[in-house]
Parts: sequence; structure tokens; C-alpha cells
Amino acid sequence: MSTGPDTLICRNVWKVFGARAADHLTAARNDPERLAALGLIPAVRAVDLSVRRGEIFVIMGLSGSGKSTLVRCLSRLIEPTAGEILFNGQNLLTATEAEMTRIRRHKMGMVFQHFALLPHMTVLDNVAFPLEVQGMAQSAREARALEMITLVGLTGREASYPRQLSGGQQQRVGIARSLAAEPELWFLDEPFSALDPLIRRELQGEFMRLQSRLHKTIVFITHDFDEAIRLADRIAIMKDGAVVQIGTPEDLVLNPATDYVREFTRAVPKAKVVRLASLMTPGPVPGDMPRLPARATVADAGPSFLSGAAQVGVTEDGRAIGTVRREDVIRLLLGGEA
Amino acid sequence: MTALALPHGYPLSGRAVWAVALALTLALWVWGQALLPMAFDYPKAWQIPAARWIGAAITWLVKDASLGPVAFSDLTRAIAALVDQPYQLALGLLANGVQQQTGGVMVQHVPPVSWVAVIGMVAVLGHWAGGLRLALLMAACFGFIAVFGQWHSAMVTLASILVAVPLGVAGGLVFGILAWRHPWFERALRPLLDLMQTMPVFAYLVPILILFGFGPTAAVIATLIYATPPMTRITTLALSRVPDEAHDLARMVGCTPRQTLWRVLIPSAREPLMVGVNQVIMLSLNMVIIASMIGAGGLGFDVLNALRRLDFGAGLEAGLAIVALAIALDRFSQAVAHRGTAPAVPGGVIRRHPYLAAALAMIAAGFVFGLLIPAVQTYPDAARLSTSPFWASAVQWINVTFFDTLEAVKTFFLVWLLVPVKRFMLGLPWLAVVLLLGVAGWRLGGWRLALLTAGLSFLIAATGQWEKAMITVYLCGISTLIAMAIGVPVGIAVAMRDRLWAVTRAVIDTAQTLPSFVYLMPIVMLFRVGDFTAMIAVVAYAIAPAIRYTVLGLQSVDPRLIEAGRAMGCTPWQILTRIRLRLALPEILLGLNQTIMFALSMLVITALVGTRDLGQDVYIALTKANPGNGLVAGLAIAFIAIIADRLLSAAARNARARLGLGGQA
Repeated sequence: MSTGPDTLICRNVWKVFGARAADHLTAARNDPERLAALGLIPAVRAVDLSVRRGEIFVIMGLSGSGKSTLVRCLSRLIEPTAGEILFNGQNLLTATEAEMTRIRRHKMGMVFQHFALLPHMTVLDNVAFPLEVQGMAQSAREARALEMITLVGLTGREASYPRQLSGGQQQRVGIARSLAAEPELWFLDEPFSALDPLIRRELQGEFMRLQSRLHKTIVFITHDFDEAIRLADRIAIMKDGAVVQIGTPEDLVLNPATDYVREFTRAVPKAKVVRLASLMTPGPVPGDMPRLPARATVADAGPSFLSGAAQVGVTEDGRAIGTVRREDVIRLLLGGEA
Repeated sequence: MTALALPHGYPLSGRAVWAVALALTLALWVWGQALLPMAFDYPKAWQIPAARWIGAAITWLVKDASLGPVAFSDLTRAIAALVDQPYQLALGLLANGVQQQTGGVMVQHVPPVSWVAVIGMVAVLGHWAGGLRLALLMAACFGFIAVFGQWHSAMVTLASILVAVPLGVAGGLVFGILAWRHPWFERALRPLLDLMQTMPVFAYLVPILILFGFGPTAAVIATLIYATPPMTRITTLALSRVPDEAHDLARMVGCTPRQTLWRVLIPSAREPLMVGVNQVIMLSLNMVIIASMIGAGGLGFDVLNALRRLDFGAGLEAGLAIVALAIALDRFSQAVAHRGTAPAVPGGVIRRHPYLAAALAMIAAGFVFGLLIPAVQTYPDAARLSTSPFWASAVQWINVTFFDTLEAVKTFFLVWLLVPVKRFMLGLPWLAVVLLLGVAGWRLGGWRLALLTAGLSFLIAATGQWEKAMITVYLCGISTLIAMAIGVPVGIAVAMRDRLWAVTRAVIDTAQTLPSFVYLMPIVMLFRVGDFTAMIAVVAYAIAPAIRYTVLGLQSVDPRLIEAGRAMGCTPWQILTRIRLRLALPEILLGLNQTIMFALSMLVITALVGTRDLGQDVYIALTKANPGNGLVAGLAIAFIAIIADRLLSAAARNARARLGLGGQA
């Protein structure tokens, strides 16, 4: 999960719906009542965030929080009202429509909540569609599409039509299609929300497996905090169009910035989120003690404590750096703050 | 809303407004005759001579108008040629073959596709679209046409349908896409579409006759004007209903605008678009008889001719042939709409296109065998069936045996219902009716609607058509009431019984594919011409939407509410009256609206059986080739339809809002 430099940077991005929004925004941006009086509805407010190369960046929020609007601003499917969006250093908001088309064709891929498969095309044609639009020759694009279909585990269903597939299979097609053009930046807009819980879990696993092979830079939208915790390197929590907090799952669970965030984290089993590094007391590790990497979660240390150890050693890159005591774990799990 | 709209609780709102309006009307009715005679008879001096203006405008168009060097008549001639070429081709293929006139005698060089081959092709098409069942149905329909000796006429009709449908679909698509792309275009188009759909076809037959001459080309153009508006509307609606994600997808993969439209949006909207194609086909068939008045020929001409000769047997057979054609084409287009695209099969040309190969083989075989055996080329006269004499004698028998009964029924209705209502309606002062319509518009939809309803009804009076309009309203009103009085209880009875509803639906679906003329014939046979006959025909035609919408409304009531009612111990009667019917009210109102529209469109046709309303004016104008009178009377009918439609839509919308049901009425 090593992540690189910032690939996508948002600076003070606004999206306000309403007549002549841009003109009024400069004057009224800090005054919600005045915006409302002008008949303007702010969907995204002053969002600052940066997504690092190769990371899974999850934007989590309830319906109406502006998360879907935000992700569409990032690819300029929706024109932001104000702000700056830098992709590999280029400001997307000043790019021409032709440039944007080129960037979307070659650098971006998107998976949709309701799959958005074209009903009149086979699985193969659906996956090859982005390449066809680019004007790639039939044999080349079909070879590439077959590769993608194999990647998502749908070999043998190339000639099927979307309506002949289950929801989970349809979304696999959606994923294959979004990857066909080898995008650098991968948007997933609530990709698993329309699926039932078991299939959702299965596809989450599949998604993690794909990412461990492909190392895309990912912006993942969800309204499901558990899903965010499970998949994210970092999470941005949105409320009423603004980002409330950005951090790793552990940050959010251990140091929620507002009561709103705390409300989400309350039900999360801490043992599965908190890493040993956070509970560790730095110091030497006796030789007979069981050892675990600092990135392991408290739950990963469970078996060692259960088999009788009072402390476990913590290592980083093979180097011993400290210990975690059984009492620290118990205090964390029984509700005391770490 | 503006200052005109009174705030709630103000003493002059709601019932008070109605009371005042009704009191004024009553006063005007009782004392107005003496005080204000102009409220009863619109003064001749103030009449708008719209008919004369329209007549003059059309004369100018034909004689003088030009766009630069191109005269308007050249333009119409060019359009006519555009339609005529494919029509001649289709006609040659199906009906006439390749003919040449030598020395005053028509010589057929190449025969048309033989009847056996056509039936075979139709079956192949049916199999391709909907499997064996559809193949058999379509072959049976065409077989029926051949057996009853309607083949040549049916092929002439089919040729004009084959030309009109693609043109209508293409035109509808183009206009629909433009309206979807450009909101200003839609705003400009919408009132025009409203007029095109509510104006009786007769009304624009005369201008078309004058612009394009008498003949099949003019008939195809009239058909296009009639059949294109629904396709336009459906296209716009279908495109705007495509989910946002499809648009997002198109932009994310970098589609050009053209790729977005043709590769993503139109395929995504395929099913509703196919419903539009079906509509175009059915409306084109509906036009067959009317279009024959300006030279369409074929089955329509046969029906019309038989009706004029009062030869019911012949008319019925030609009419049934139209029905057979309608059923075959309707089921076929529906099957195409629901048909998935089959996966491509690898292999040679024949393996990849088995249906095309079969159809071509059929034509070739038909041609070869047709040369050898005449019976394959043309259906042998000896094997023809005709039921015509049977029907003629059956009608005669009924008329002789039951003459007194039928006469008694007719007289009863005329004396106790039709005549009194007609007298009452004709006695109403026009000023009061305009006022009442304005008040109704204002109460239901604000001052805009009030202006529309009052304005349109005033125009009817101002063009001197009040009396005829009132006869139209009276016939339409009584027929609609009777249709609702039968249709709503039938709807209630079948709505909750699945099997019964399936049967009923099959019946009304079929009934709606019948051309409206077909309704007229048996009724004329029994009751001869007049208002009563017209009323029965209109009721028979307009009852289908009354049943359909009642069932739709009752079935869409939230089952949880019914469960709640049952849990509270409601009897079935209480559930029906307190829950179901209340919540189904908006749909039933829309059903009423549709029933009125159906009734009006049928009413115009009943002018053929001697009513004295606007429909007759239109019809007389047609026989005299007087475009002004026809259009003005047609517009008056369109106005009546628009007033009824807007008022009822507003009422349905209010009902929905009051019940807290989402969505647009």
C-alpha cells in the first residue's frame, strides 16, 4: 500500500447550482443564508483534498452530502463553479473540451452505481466500447477487451447480453469496461451499492485483488462506512457539501474530528482498524516474545494474546521497535480511548 | 400565480366563486334573452371571417408564393416526387408488377411478387421477430386476406403503409431529437403537435388536396401529418428519460456528440422508441379509409365505396381485411420491440443470414412457380370465399324481424335523452359558457388556463360556429358519460380479477387496433343514420380508455393501504369506495380525458352518417374542396378538445397533489 506523490489535487472547489451562480459566489460564499436567498444551492463547498498516486481514496457521505457531485467535478462531467483541480500538475478547469475528451479517453475510467451497460451490446462489445469510440481497430480492441474480461473473471460470457447477467456479473463488466483504456485515474461511484450484501463482499474482495495487481490511483465513492474502512487507504468524510475530515481509517476511529464522524465510527470494531503502532510502547523487545509488524491490526495480534502472551513485540522492516501490552488492548476494546 | 389568485380563507374563494359564476349564468339565461340578445347570438357584424382568410391564404400559396426563384408549388411538387418514387416501387413489387401502356392497353411485363411468396415472407418475418406463434398468426392474417379476395387492394394499402411508416418514423425521430436538443424548438413545436393531434384529419385533407393533388401521394402526406406527432413526442420523452449515468458514461469514454446520440442514447431508448414505431403503424392504418377520400385506393377505398352504396357485406369484408393487416403489423412491431439481438453466428452468408436467405428463396421460387402455375401467382378466383351475401341477408333478417324493437330503443333514447339535452345546450348563452369555462380554468390552473379556455371558446363563437360546436359538445358529452357509466363499473369489476382482466385487456387491445370506420358499419346497419347511431358508435369506440384507465388506477393503489384498511376492519365495499376509488381518482380523470379525445375523433367520422355538428361542416367542406370552412371547423373541434384536455389534466394534477401522490399527471 505504498503511495506516491499527489496525483490529483482539489483546491477550494465549489459547485453551486442556480442561475448565474459563479457571479454571486464570490460575494456570498461564506454566507449560507445569502446564498439561499439568491436561490443558489451549494452542492460542493470549499473542498480541498489531494489523492496520492496508487492510493485508494474513499469519499464517504450520506445521500445528499455532495459526494457524487464532487466526483463528477473531478472529471468535469459537472462543471465546478469555482476552484482548481490539478491532475498531474495540469489544471483541468482551464482545459479545453477537446483536451478533456482526450484525458477522459486515455487517463480516466469510471464505474457507475447502476452499471450503465449498453443493453444492445454484448459483454465483449460493452467492454470494447471505450476503445471503439477512440477509433481502435476491431481486432486490437477485441483482444484487449477479452483480456479485461478474463481479468474480472467473466471468461465465457463474452457473447452474453447485459440482461442475461446477474447484478454482480454486470458490475464486473462495468469494471472491465472502465479498465479497458488502461486509465491512470479510476473513479468508482458507489459501485457496489446496488448489489446485495454477499455479492457486495465478494466484489469488494475482487476489487482489492485487482488493485494489488494494477496499482491505480483510485477515487471511490460510498455511503457505507464499513465499506470505506475495509477498502480505504484514506477516507474523506463529507457532510452538506463540505469535507469534514480526511484521514486513514485508524485516524478517524481514534481521533474523530467532530461528533458527526464519531457517530459513524462508534459501531466500528476497533480491533480491526487500530494498528499495533498506535498502541505500542517504544523500547527493546525481549527475544522470546511473539513479534508482529507495526502495520498489523490489533485483531491480528489476537491469537498471540489468546495463547498466553502478556506482551507482543512490534517490528518495522524486520527491526524491533516496541511492545504492546495485553492491558492496552483490553483498555482499547472495552471502550477507553487509546 | 398573480394578484388574481385569492389567498386561502379569503371569503370569495372556492365555492363562492362557483356560486357567483353559476348565478350569473342563470341570470343571463333567464333574463338575458331580452336584456342582452348578443349573449345568445354572436353578432354577425363582429364575426371573424377566418374561413375566407384561410381560403385566400391557400390560394395565394398555390398561385403566387415563392422562396426566391423557387415557387411554393415547385416545392410541393418536389415533396410529392420524393414520396412518389418509393411508393411506385412498393406498389410495383406488391401489387402491379412492371407495367407499360402500349396502344391504350396496360401490358404487364413482370408480375408482382406472388401471393404465396408474400405470405411466406410474412411468416419468415414473424418467425424472426417472435417465433413460430407469430409466424403462424401473420401467415393466417395474410391468408385470410387472400381467401376473401381482398389481395390486390390489401397490397395497394400495404404499399402506402410501407412508404408512410419509414418516412413518419424518420421524421418523428428528427423532430424529436431537435426538440430534445433545443428547448426553444420544443416550446415552438408543442402547440403545433397539440393541434395536429386534436384536429380532425378531414380538416387538413382539403388543403393537402389543393397543394398536392388527388392521388396516393397526397394520401401518404396526409397520413404522415397524422402519424408523425406521436413519434416526435415519444422520441423527445424517451431521450429525456435515458438515465444520467448513460450520459456520464458517454462523456467519460470520450464520445463525440454524434457517437453519444447514435451509439449510446438512442439504443438505450430503444424500447420506448419501438412503441413509437408501433404507434406510427397503427395510426397509418387508421388513416387508410379517410385517406382514400383523397385518392389512396386500396382497402380504404373499398370500404368507403361499400359504405356509400350501403353494401354492408362488401364493406365488412374489406374492413376485416384492414383489421387483419392491422393485427399482423401490430403484433409484428411489438415483437420486434421486445426481441433481443441474437448473438452473431459464425459461418457462411446463408448461415449468418438464414432469414434473409429464406425470404429471397421464397421470392425466387414464387416467381418461377408463378410463371408455371397461375394459381401461385394470383390467388384463384374460384377458391375465393365471400360472406357478403350472408351478411346482407342477415342484416335484412334482423331489420325485418326486430324492426319494432330497434325502432323503440332508438326512439326512447332520442325522445328522453338526446333531444332534451340538445335543446338545453343550444339554448345556453355563449357568453355564459365562455365565462364558466374561464372560471373553471382559473380555479383549476390559474389565470393562464383561464385565458386559454375562455379565449379558445370565445374564438369558436367569434368565427360563427357556436351552434354546431354545441351540437358537437352535446353528442360528445352524452357519449362520454355513457362510455364512463359503462366503462368504470366494468373496470372495477375486472380490476381485481387477474384472469378476467387478461381477457378484457385482449379484447380492448384488439378493439383499439380496429380502424374507427369498422365500428360504424354494423351500427348503421341496425339503426340507419342519425344522432343515435353516432352516439352508439362513439360509445363503442370510446369505452376502451374508460375501462383501461379505471383498471390502471385501481391496480396502482398502494397494496399496503388496502392491507391497512382490511386490518381496520373495512368491508370490501368500504375498501372500494373509501380507499381504492379515492386514490384512483387522478387516473380515472385521465381516463375521462382520453375518453373525450376518442369520442371527439370518432364524432368527426360519424358525420358520414348524418349528424349536424362541426364534423359535418368539415366533411361538407371536403366534398366541396373548400379549404377555409374545413380548417375553421376543424380548428373549432381541436379547440374543444384542447379545452377539455387542459381542464381535466389540471383537475387530475390537483387531485394527485391533494392525495400526495408524486409525479406528473
